[in-house]
Amino acid sequence: MAECHPVGFQWVMEAKARGATVFHIDPRYTRTSAMADVHLPIRAGSDIVLLGALINHVLSGGHEFREYVLTYTNAAHLVSEDFRDTEDLDGLFSGFDPDGRTYDPASWAYAHRSDAPPPGEVGGASGAGRGREHAETAEAETYGSGGAAADAAPATDPTLTHPRCVFQVLKRHFARYTPELVERACGIPRAEFARLADTIVACSGRDRTTAWVYSVGWTQHTAGAQFIRAAAILQLLLGNIGRPGGGILALRGHASIQGSTDIPTLFNILPGYLPMPHAGRHEDLDAYLASAGPDTGFWGRKRAYLVSLLKAWWGEHATAGNDFCFGHLPRLTGDHGHYATVLGQIDGTVKGYFVIGENPAVGSSGGRAQRFGLANLDWLVVRDLTLVETATFWKDGPEIATGEMRTEEIGTEVFFLPAASHVEKEGTFTNTQRLLQWREKAVDPPGDCRSDLWFFYHLGKRVKARMTGDEIDRPVRELAWDYPEEGPHAEPSAAAVLREIGGIGPDGRALDSYTELRDDGSTRCGCWIYCGCYAGEVNRPARREPRGGADPWIAPDWGWAWPANRRILYNRASADPDGRPWSPAKALVWWDAAAGRWTGRDVPDCEPDKPPGHRPPSGARAEQALSGTDPFIMQADGKGWLYAPFGLADGPLPTHYEPHESPVANPLYGVQANPARVVYPRPDSPYNPPRSPRFPYVLTTYRLTEHHTAGGMSRPLPYLAELQPELFCEVSPELAAERGLVNGGWATIVTSRTAIEARVLVTERMRPLRIEGRTVHQVGLPYHWGWGGDGLVTGDVANDLLPLALDPNVYIQESKAATCDIIPGRRPAGPALRELVRRYREDGDG
Amino acid sequence: MVRAFVGSCPGMSRRDQPPGGGGRPDGRPGGRIRRWPVLRQLLGEDPRAEAARSARTDALRPRTADADHVARSVCPYCAVGCGQLVYVRDGRVTQIEGDPDSPISRGRLCPKGAASRQLVTRPTRRTRVLYRRPYGTEWETLDLETAMDMIADRVVATRRQTWQETDAEGRVLRRTLGIASLGGATLDNEENYLMKKLYTALGAIQIENQARI
Repeated sequence: MAECHPVGFQWVMEAKARGATVFHIDPRYTRTSAMADVHLPIRAGSDIVLLGALINHVLSGGHEFREYVLTYTNAAHLVSEDFRDTEDLDGLFSGFDPDGRTYDPASWAYAHRSDAPPPGEVGGASGAGRGREHAETAEAETYGSGGAAADAAPATDPTLTHPRCVFQVLKRHFARYTPELVERACGIPRAEFARLADTIVACSGRDRTTAWVYSVGWTQHTAGAQFIRAAAILQLLLGNIGRPGGGILALRGHASIQGSTDIPTLFNILPGYLPMPHAGRHEDLDAYLASAGPDTGFWGRKRAYLVSLLKAWWGEHATAGNDFCFGHLPRLTGDHGHYATVLGQIDGTVKGYFVIGENPAVGSSGGRAQRFGLANLDWLVVRDLTLVETATFWKDGPEIATGEMRTEEIGTEVFFLPAASHVEKEGTFTNTQRLLQWREKAVDPPGDCRSDLWFFYHLGKRVKARMTGDEIDRPVRELAWDYPEEGPHAEPSAAAVLREIGGIGPDGRALDSYTELRDDGSTRCGCWIYCGCYAGEVNRPARREPRGGADPWIAPDWGWAWPANRRILYNRASADPDGRPWSPAKALVWWDAAAGRWTGRDVPDCEPDKPPGHRPPSGARAEQALSGTDPFIMQADGKGWLYAPFGLADGPLPTHYEPHESPVANPLYGVQANPARVVYPRPDSPYNPPRSPRFPYVLTTYRLTEHHTAGGMSRPLPYLAELQPELFCEVSPELAAERGLVNGGWATIVTSRTAIEARVLVTERMRPLRIEGRTVHQVGLPYHWGWGGDGLVTGDVANDLLPLALDPNVYIQESKAATCDIIPGRRPAGPALRELVRRYREDGDG
Repeated sequence: MVRAFVGSCPGMSRRDQPPGGGGRPDGRPGGRIRRWPVLRQLLGEDPRAEAARSARTDALRPRTADADHVARSVCPYCAVGCGQLVYVRDGRVTQIEGDPDSPISRGRLCPKGAASRQLVTRPTRRTRVLYRRPYGTEWETLDLETAMDMIADRVVATRRQTWQETDAEGRVLRRTLGIASLGGATLDNEENYLMKKLYTALGAIQIENQARI
């Protein structure tokens, strides 16, 4: 965090100054480790063993926050008799289809209460094949703000002793995740683990909270979503969600990467985490809504959210009579993610490609596949501040050097359009805490530089002008695409776009809240979770109460947080079931019985006038189905899910699997790696075999303070280039001795994909780990360099080493744990480079 | 917009600042030679304090002092969302500094944020459209309006050529797999919104960004 989010790290230091204990869990020693109380070096990819052992420590020691767990989580829910755990099936859950490598989640469901009406089709999860469809379209990600649908009336056991209640299922599942296993699989000694376990227990409860902070070190794994799930289980058991100083905090790496998920430039979701429709399953609006998440909880208002979106997009053309133009939406049929798209480029189905402020030729895993895809396009549009390598691959890419591509044989037509910088346009970023902040424009962009708002608005106008009377052109023809234009370049008004995103009522006025959205077509809203950001015709993200005003910790008048300007999600859980703060030190929101309202420092994350004692009537829908003690208002049952009966592609509980490429055997199960992981076994997507003696070392990649991702925004800057001028690899003195590597000299790092060269940094910051009785070395590589990109400094592309192996829930690639070899000296150039890799692959396969 | 903070002495314009070299801060006259910093430092005064001061340093003013205006902005690198103040003079960005009012960053910036003026003003920045024709070996220049028309032509043609109304089983698809897009995490919410809106209307579904990566 000190490396990659340095200014955010000041708050960790504030906490430390006030008595917090800071643990840093990372394969290498960094600036964060230097400031932490304890650094725990861990084998990359073994985190579920560590988190699972902490869960086991809490459960076996009776350290759970019992009152919180009983009321606010699904610990008491009973699971179906059909469910079989990975402990029963040696690493598989029940419902696995080995041919399709997917799960049918039917057996993971809750046991239904015998006195309640039978549950409907839960999440559309009926029949085999549904799991596969769910997995193939990264549907799990649609639960980013809502939950998966689930039985809202399960059988329960408040004593938590029934063998099939979630609490007991958890106990059995994690029983073998012990400190001894942590030592063997993660390389963390038992005494160090004990200190961590004792500290988090001591620092949780009524008076204290513990926070976990993570970033792509947890997500970029073939079981990445389950890493986060494991942390969620731990934090729910300890009562650390929805409370000040608690939480699982994702540190995101781009200025608006949160915003680009909320208002997604992602294939599988519409704004506000509404799923994209699927062919066959979502023929019309009603069919879509029947399986687009639960009917209970606030997700139960999904019809209003979607209809308001369709009205924002197709305006007066969207009517009740035509399903509000639901039919204008294109349909998914499977995996349309980034890596599948690249393979589609290689295979010739993708003809045209827009790359907007991104540099996949350097920044994505398997850079060779990326570049072969680019070379097979009809046309490519690159918009950036810099002439990035993605725009120049045809002229100077590594495959030109190896002779695999010839410039005059590459048919791709390339347009490079220079972009306006962040100070040359106005608009909002959404930061890592869901806070929208408006930027003022300082100057006009130079030359041909334009905002991306300008580009897409004017492209849209041109495309609309080229449409015909054909039926296929109707969605574009009818698209609401009229925004006020300003200035000499006819810049569309970003404020007008934000206002549309924030929602407009039947009277034409900006809406106050998403609870005002209607399903009758009378409201328009571009993203329901952002509804209210323009309330009262005030650009709320532009608010700047200096230093946060009277309450600088909450700072309610600095920017605007979704939803409803809430700063801590699920904050109903900061009060006890009766609505009183768990302790004065941790008071955030509470029930004011005299006033009959929830109140407090933050905007309460519940219905403001629903008393803690409220119990919903049978058969209630939407938020009416939530009780006064349900903090997780987007979930079907209002509970925090220790166990996920539906919604994940790879199981209801986190389970340790080895990375797709690992030097060791799974110490827990016969199943080596996540059985549902996504891989693309084809010649242009090669893999290192597991436990291959040819690739004996763990490879992990990371960022440095002085550079940014693929380097397009940092390598061309003189200050930053000077601070970090050259690609290097970090190795321990022991590995250096084993391989004859010299500090300051060159090393060549080899995988099945390619080989790259880097300067050697021999450092005790990398520590050899004892794993299963043998030494495992890790090689660390920052990934900021490329061959060009207007960089003042250049270097080989670290991402070229990485495989196309993905998490099955969210399709993020495993770039934090692969295997490699490392040898002294520079890599061969030209065709000899490919010859080296070919020899490795032959040996590896043999 | 907020007006510029002027000078190192709050509330004073540049003209009001005490002239450099005319006297010591305590008001006593000082000989020019005796005030020479090198001499003072050689004679044992602390070179990090008063002895570093000269007529020239007294005359120095921060770049921020004479800004025409200051825009409130946000750092474009990671997602912490540090506040930035962008100082502008004569239509050019002269400095970018941390915003002390931000409850998130309290005026601080990391090396990247502190270097972000170079992102905007570096002389090597590309400001013209470049075009590489199929099988071409060099970049060519292209007028922006022409480029926009050419891109629009290609979008319309590719969409039509690769349109899928239904699949083999007759299920409605109403889409194209011929057009894909990558990017959004470095852009504004409003930009992502127009992108998703336009692409979806076009039937393009392979729309992805760094959040997947």
